[in-house]
Amino acid sequence: MIFEYAPAPESRDVVDIKPSYGLFINGEFVDGSGTPFKTINPASEETLAEIATATEADVDRAVQAARKAFGVWSSLPGSERAKYLFRIARIIQERARELAVLESIDNGKPIRESRDVDLPLVAAHFFYYAGWADKLEYAGYGTTPLGVAGQVIPWNFPLLMLAWKIAPALACGNTVVLKPAETTPLTALLFAEICQQADLPPGVVNIVTGAGETGAAVVGHPEVDKVAFTGSTEVGRLIAKSVAGTNKKVTLELGGKAANIVFDDAALDQAVEGIVTGIFFNQGHVCCAGSRLLVQESIAEELMSSLKRRLSTLRLGDPLDKNTDIGAINSAAQLAKIRELSSAGESEGAERWSPACALPDKGFWFPPTVFTGVSQSHRIAREEIFGPVLSVLTFRTPAEAVEKANNTPYGLSAGVWTEKASRMLWMASKLRAGVVWSNTFNKFDPTSPFGGFKESGYGREGGRHGLEAYLKEIS
Amino acid sequence: MSERLSVRKTYKLYIGGAFPRSESGRSYAVTGAKGEFLANASKASRKDLREAVVAARKAFPGWSSATAYNRGQILYRIAEMLEGRRAQFVSEVAEADGVSGKKAGELVDAAVDRLVWYAGWSDKITSLRGSSNPVSGPYFNLSTPEPTGVVGIVAPPMGPLFGLVSVIAPVIVTGNTCVVIASERAPLPSITLAEVLATSDLPGGVVNILTGSAAEMAPWMAGHMDVNGLDLTGADAELAQKCEELAAENLKRVLRPNGKTDWAANPGTGRMTAFLETKTVWHPIGI
Repeated sequence: MIFEYAPAPESRDVVDIKPSYGLFINGEFVDGSGTPFKTINPASEETLAEIATATEADVDRAVQAARKAFGVWSSLPGSERAKYLFRIARIIQERARELAVLESIDNGKPIRESRDVDLPLVAAHFFYYAGWADKLEYAGYGTTPLGVAGQVIPWNFPLLMLAWKIAPALACGNTVVLKPAETTPLTALLFAEICQQADLPPGVVNIVTGAGETGAAVVGHPEVDKVAFTGSTEVGRLIAKSVAGTNKKVTLELGGKAANIVFDDAALDQAVEGIVTGIFFNQGHVCCAGSRLLVQESIAEELMSSLKRRLSTLRLGDPLDKNTDIGAINSAAQLAKIRELSSAGESEGAERWSPACALPDKGFWFPPTVFTGVSQSHRIAREEIFGPVLSVLTFRTPAEAVEKANNTPYGLSAGVWTEKASRMLWMASKLRAGVVWSNTFNKFDPTSPFGGFKESGYGREGGRHGLEAYLKEIS
Repeated sequence: MSERLSVRKTYKLYIGGAFPRSESGRSYAVTGAKGEFLANASKASRKDLREAVVAARKAFPGWSSATAYNRGQILYRIAEMLEGRRAQFVSEVAEADGVSGKKAGELVDAAVDRLVWYAGWSDKITSLRGSSNPVSGPYFNLSTPEPTGVVGIVAPPMGPLFGLVSVIAPVIVTGNTCVVIASERAPLPSITLAEVLATSDLPGGVVNILTGSAAEMAPWMAGHMDVNGLDLTGADAELAQKCEELAAENLKRVLRPNGKTDWAANPGTGRMTAFLETKTVWHPIGI
């Protein structure tokens, strides 16, 4: 029996989007010198607001403000920095509904996810690092901050990535200049208001908006001591190259092509849920998404039919509807990329399947898609699609599963589904990935270090390990 | 009867546990501190470097999954073998660096002691760098350090033995394998060290040593897509920047110490942690 759902939209009234936004420098909103750009709602293509573009000169102003604030901020007792961060965490909780709605409007992700995943994790991240600020001497990485951190974040988890960057930086005594993605600047700008409400000293957090050029100006500024970037491996390479020979400390959290490996003894219904969470969470706009399903040959048929049945129940549509499972693709450019790689999948000989799924007329949408008969050489098995597209491969032995899983230049995450504990631990030890989810997938927590092996980048975010990126090495 | 003519040693490369000559057939004359001829060393080529990377990659699965206890035992064994050849190393270091026999003896002793120090780290660094993480949910969550993979090392030009041991030991003790470009100026102790390694139960390919031109080989090593980490301790500023740019291509982990390294100082854990990755494993808790 299939139940019909009545629409259950979350009200937009809680957010107040201004017609235009400036840059947040030295505690104030100021005009940018570049040509402003528009941010749109990807579910409707309506323009939400006009956003300032920070030029090199604007970025310089932001870095100078951060430099000036560094003296004040780094010499505060850790316990005082902690209290500012606790305050910020509390205000985020107080304004969680507003932030969640704004995130879904600007990003296209379902409100169920922004409300139940993004926002709770954002607040938790600030709480977690707040507690470290006066306990750094116990962490084992020294207690000396680096200075000004230049941080560039992506559009898939706009506020969560901001939290991952800003919370540890501030806890360790650094000040920051952060550039949000050009398609999702709104929650970062609302966060700037939260900094004002928290009475955070001016210049400790600066937010500069713009596209790639603004990001390059942040990364390249000679007075930036620390570069933290989350985004594509392609841009990560350019950053690594550009900082060569300098003393900037760098952490990069880049792309992935994770294998989600299902053995014949796995609890199949749970595995199906894990596969769905692995690749269709956040429209597959997840660097650690389980985009390659490796299924043991003997159960492939049974698993695929369960998976297809489950995918037929997913609801795609209005991100603000509380029943929505799959929201909008974040931008026209990303949609074009997903389409291009999906056509390559078909033309290279894989078999494409999607459930019956009506797409709204306006906005950017892509149905949940599964490719079977995928071989390791296919582009859809090698390249990060960053969309709701799953490539299915099969294996016979654990050794073959490991071989195929590791056959990628990436190494961010992996999943293992088996009821046999010794096999799970053996797999976990052989997989060359920074996060291994066994009998679960896409779980995150501020206490748990996250980051990649190989070309998925270096450095860890979260946990005690996450402090290392923001403190001077002790030798 | 005339005075006996000594039998000299041929200095070759050390790749995959064997001692081949450079495939290029090239060699270069190595002189002592006073300019006297010591020996012809092999001048390794790009192809030798690639062979060495293949050997290091092949050795990685076995070495990285050996128990920490086993790796510690082997590093300690290297120290034992080095100590046993003390006299030979003292004379080679004295010739290479033009230092007194007493000073050379101190440097050899320091190299032995450094190996012993790192040997003890093999089964401790994991506890120090790992963590059990109290996530807010019913999950087991554990982070452990794991070796990065194949590490390319440009060994310091000075300190042909002590410096060399100080860069190799921290890389391999955690389970990495390596390709080392030895001191171009004073390569001979590195090949004698290779003889020690070859007789210390260290599996072939875990350490590969190339002699020749660092300026020629380091950029190839930095750009090699199957090398995961790069230690630029022995590269000058210009070479280091070039190598760091090339290393960006596959996002190698790069160690580029600032300024001159004081080998006699306590090395800390930095040389080990530079080539460790953190892996976090999640599992639900339930009945």
